Amino acid sequence: MTVKELKDTLSLTVLTEGDLDKEITGCYCGDLLSWVMSRAVEGDCWLTVMGNVNAVAVAVLTDCACIVLVEEAALDADAKSRAVQQGVTILTTEKTTYDLAVAISELMK
Amino acid sequence: MESIKLHYDISPTDFTRAGAASGDVKKTLKALGVAPATIRNVAVAMYEGEINMVIHAGGGEIDVEITGDAIKMILADHGPGIENVELAMKEGYSTAPDNIRSLGFGAGMGLPNIKKYSDEFQLDTAVGVGTTLYLTVYMK
Repeated sequence: MTVKELKDTLSLTVLTEGDLDKEITGCYCGDLLSWVMSRAVEGDCWLTVMGNVNAVAVAVLTDCACIVLVEEAALDADAKSRAVQQGVTILTTEKTTYDLAVAISELMK
Repeated sequence: MESIKLHYDISPTDFTRAGAASGDVKKTLKALGVAPATIRNVAVAMYEGEINMVIHAGGGEIDVEITGDAIKMILADHGPGIENVELAMKEGYSTAPDNIRSLGFGAGMGLPNIKKYSDEFQLDTAVGVGTTLYLTVYMK
């Protein structure tokens, strides 16, 4: 499943657009950046409420496929411009982490 | 391979730039065709180091040397030093203030992560003088 397919299927809103054809191979949920950085892996769709520049840096360093800001958590202006500059896709949804993770799990079966 | 040397000054207050040095090293290693697992180890260790410098030490300097078989990093700051290294190395222990925690840091994972992702780890610290980390990640 690509980032675009995920976005279309679950009606996620695009906040910043990177490579929408990137393949999603897993999912990781978490908000503590050090924790996420040491555990999320390349190709993960990362679900979080952290919409700051440091989250963008973690996404870049882990090569995750995209960030999804759950429960419409805010994206800082700085983070937005950094994500655009670094080609990181950030999506948003009103769904909770749990509900979105369950939906992604179904899609990946 | 001839060794490549990189130097970075880490800004004391600018949280938004933290990650720039590790991002740059990651890019360089990618361009050199270094294995992704090695790149990840370097990127995580260095990023945690950068963040530590910004949070605790008022910035610092990072020197990186890339040779044919390893990436060596020296992260030096002139911050307050670490009073209790044993505690600082423990997962979950943190002295980061609340405003840092609200940014998603301060989980007490910094130094443990750095050690976990380095093949060689040496920490020199003195209260009131500063902290220097000597890290080596071998090419996989």
